[in-house]
This record gives sequence, structure tokens and C-alpha cells, in this order.
Amino acid sequence: MISLARVGKTFKTRRGGHVQALDDVTISIRPGEFVAIVGASGCGKSTLLRMVAGLVLPDIGHLTLDGKLVTGATKGTAMVFQSPTLLPWMNVERNVAFPLSLSGGDGPEARERARVLLHSAGLAGFEHRMPRELSGGMQQRVAICRGLVQQPRILLMDEPFGALDALTREEMSLSLLALWQANPMAVLFVTHSISEAVLLADRVVVMSPRPGRVAEIVEVNLPRPRSFDQEASAEFHRCSKLIRDRIYGGAAHAH
Amino acid sequence: MLTNAADWGRRNLPVIVSTLTFLLGWELLCRGFGIRPFLLPSPSAIWTAVVPVWPNIAMHTVTTLRTVLLGLAASIAISLPLAMLIASSRTMSAAIYPLLVLTQSVPKVALAPILLVALGANEFSRVIITFLVAFFPLVVSSVAGLLAAPPELIELGRSCRATRVQELLRIRLPYALPFVFGGLRVAAALCVVGAVVAEFVGADSGLGYLIQTSMAFFRTPVAFGAVVILAIMGIALFQLVEVIERLLVPWSSNLDSNSNDNN
Repeated sequence: MISLARVGKTFKTRRGGHVQALDDVTISIRPGEFVAIVGASGCGKSTLLRMVAGLVLPDIGHLTLDGKLVTGATKGTAMVFQSPTLLPWMNVERNVAFPLSLSGGDGPEARERARVLLHSAGLAGFEHRMPRELSGGMQQRVAICRGLVQQPRILLMDEPFGALDALTREEMSLSLLALWQANPMAVLFVTHSISEAVLLADRVVVMSPRPGRVAEIVEVNLPRPRSFDQEASAEFHRCSKLIRDRIYGGAAHAH
Repeated sequence: MLTNAADWGRRNLPVIVSTLTFLLGWELLCRGFGIRPFLLPSPSAIWTAVVPVWPNIAMHTVTTLRTVLLGLAASIAISLPLAMLIASSRTMSAAIYPLLVLTQSVPKVALAPILLVALGANEFSRVIITFLVAFFPLVVSSVAGLLAAPPELIELGRSCRATRVQELLRIRLPYALPFVFGGLRVAAALCVVGAVVAEFVGADSGLGYLIQTSMAFFRTPVAFGAVVILAIMGIALFQLVEVIERLLVPWSSNLDSNSNDNN
């Protein structure tokens, strides 16, 4: 569905220098697949995510969606950020429907879709609360609903649980898997946490920094539905070790 | 209602006590040292001087208030679009900001007599002077507000293919409102200053005019009365802006922390 072929991106710094954020990245994401990206800071994870969203365009290589070259923000992608960034002047329901209202689809149908999503995210009864009345985890659930309401074919998540405490994080991981199972879409999930990546993803893309390159792509052969019990399995350990070795092993080789 | 009144009383008790103490000290100072009223009138002397001529003073107050409100309206009407223009692009900002700073480095008090000659001694030129004194902080804080929207939200807008107008009106402008109101409070206070400056230079009514003509005849208590009314006007406008902010921007963190302090 989405494919990046030998993609590269260089940014100009303010002092006139150049920073190579991505170099020779080749990944393809199948419909409905859950892909996690793991890597140290500065390995271009966020750039990669923004590129798939059409917010950043590659300098070299090709980024295609269903065979068509991506040249700008595309319909069919939705973003979820590390902080919930809800609009403080709108209640929860209207926050979820906000992306639809930007394209003029702010009718009762949109409200209904928002309500259904909030219900499935465990936020029934909170539709008319204001964002500041909600806990951090609940706000992030709202932000995920705001992504899902656009019925994306691929949901792009930039360390969405990075600002949450460890317990909320685990709870949110399982909720996300349930939402993903209920909504037919692919997920591209950037994280710093190796165990989070292995628990969630079908494939984990390990990236090495400066310049951002794909160091390894690890297939996770754990059955679904996933649960935390699987963290004790041999496959979980195999994947975690492989990823960890690649991140700390230094030398990156191209695929 | 009763608990509300009691609450209000308890909250404002410190300021009530300090104000009364100040007035009492002032009164005692004047009486104790026998200071002559045309140098420094006591509060009671101001009161007895103002009360007999109150219809006259009310007329001057209305004149000044009109200039202040028109000046404030002009400040809002011009500052907000200007702020949007500045926030819209780096080029616009680079082109407009230096001109704004230039208008601020010119002392408006010095400009007032020149403007009055150029535009005539009428309400229009007084409103222009009021505007010039008051608008700058409103522009600056509005620009800061328009640029304060979280970058993620702007990206969200972009990824939803929002137009630039949508980005400005649906995301940036609501985000800027608490900042706009911050600037508006300062502007409201400055409008009173601006109106009085304009009336000093060229007017045939208004509290600024009243102060000047009173002092020409050493009627100091009346002039002091006008000053007190100007102070009350400034406080009332400040409060009015705050009330409107509470109604329009209930999510403002600024107001939030205030209400927490009160609890």
C-alpha cells in the first residue's frame, strides 16, 4: 500500500549546514499491518512519519501510496502526537469531530461517528467534558479517536504514549490493539520502547542514527490477540534481543 | 447569595482596609499639617468641591469615556487584523514590525499637538491619539498569541488539508484569545491615558480639559476629583475586560489559576 523506495531527506540548519535526516530508506507497509519504528533519538523516525503523512517530501527516492506518488498531505493518513494537543475550547466530542469539520463534514453524522469511537475507546459519558477535565491517558484516547474519525487507511503515531506513566502506557497499548482490530487500517508507530514495539507490532523497523537508516526489520511471530503474558515467551525475547543488538551494535548495514 | 456576598467581602477585605487606611492617612495629613487645599486637598475637601458641580463633572466624564471607548474600539479593529498579517508570514513581520516600533519610539505626548493641528481639534483626532497610545501592546500580545498554537496542532491541520484561512481562524485565533485579552487589559488602561493627553492639548470638554481649566484657577480639589474619576474609569474598564474574558475564554489558564487562588 505505502512504499518508500530508497528515500532520502536532508535539512538545512540555521547556520547554513546540512543534516541528513534519512538516507536510503526502503520500507513497504501492507494494508492492515502494524509496523513499529524503533531507534535512538535523531535517527529520523519522526521525519519518516511526517513523510508518510505528506508533510515532508523526500529529496531523493520515491514515496508512493497505492502506486501514486505522494506530493502533499494525503487523504487516508491521520496523525497522533506525543502530546494530546486537544483544542481547549471544544468539548471531547467536538474535538474528535474537528478534522471532519475542517473539510466541511461537521454534520450529525460526524458527531455520531465521534460518539461511537469514544464509546469503543472507553470514554462513554465523557462526550461533553472539556479536555482539561480529563487525565493525560484519557486525553490521549481522545486524540487517538480524533485520528480514527478520519477513517484513515494508515494511522501514524509519533510516540503516542511517551508522555504517560508506565501503568497507563500498558493499558493504552492494549486499548490501541483493540481499536486497531476493530478498525481496518495499518498503523505506523514510532516509539523508544523495545518491549512496546514487540508487543504491538507485526514488524519492527530498527533505525540507526546520523544519517537515519534502516538497520534491520524484525518480524514478530507472536499470535494475536496479544497480551502481556507473551512477554515471557521465547519469541518475545528473541525479537527484543535482536532489536537491542541492532540499536547498540553500532554498525548499520543497508537492506 | 448571602454566602456569595460574604465571600466577596472576605476576598476583598484587604483592599477595602488598605484603601480606607490610605484615605484616612491622607485626610489626617492634610488636617494635621494644615496643608492648604490648593496645594493638596484632603479627601473631604475634594468631596465637598465635587458634589455641588456633579452635573458638570458627569458631562465631562461622558465626553472622556466616549473618547476612551472609541479609541479602544479603534485599537481592537486595527490591532487584530494587523496582528494576523504579521503572524501570517516572516516577510510581513519583517516589513511591518519595524514601522510599529517606530511609532512606539515617538513620544505620543509630543505628537499630540502636531496631530491636532493637522487633523483639527475634534473628536476624530482625539480618538486617533488615544489609539496611538494604546494599540501597541495589543498588537504585540496578539501576535505572540497567534504564534503560540502548538506546532502539532498546526501539523494536524495541515494533515487534514486545512486551508491557511482555516488554520488562522479555527486554530490560531482561538488559541490567541487569552493573549489578546492580556493585551486588551493594558490597552484599556492606556486608552484613559491617551484620551486625557488628547484633551490636554485640544478639547473644550472632558476630564482632561476640566483638570487644566480648574488648575488655571487653582481649583485643585475639582482637578483631584477628576483624577479620581479617571482612576475609577481605568479600574472599571480593566474589570469589564476581565468579565468579558471570563465569558468568552473560560478555558484560559490565566483565569483558572486566579480562581484556584481564591478557593
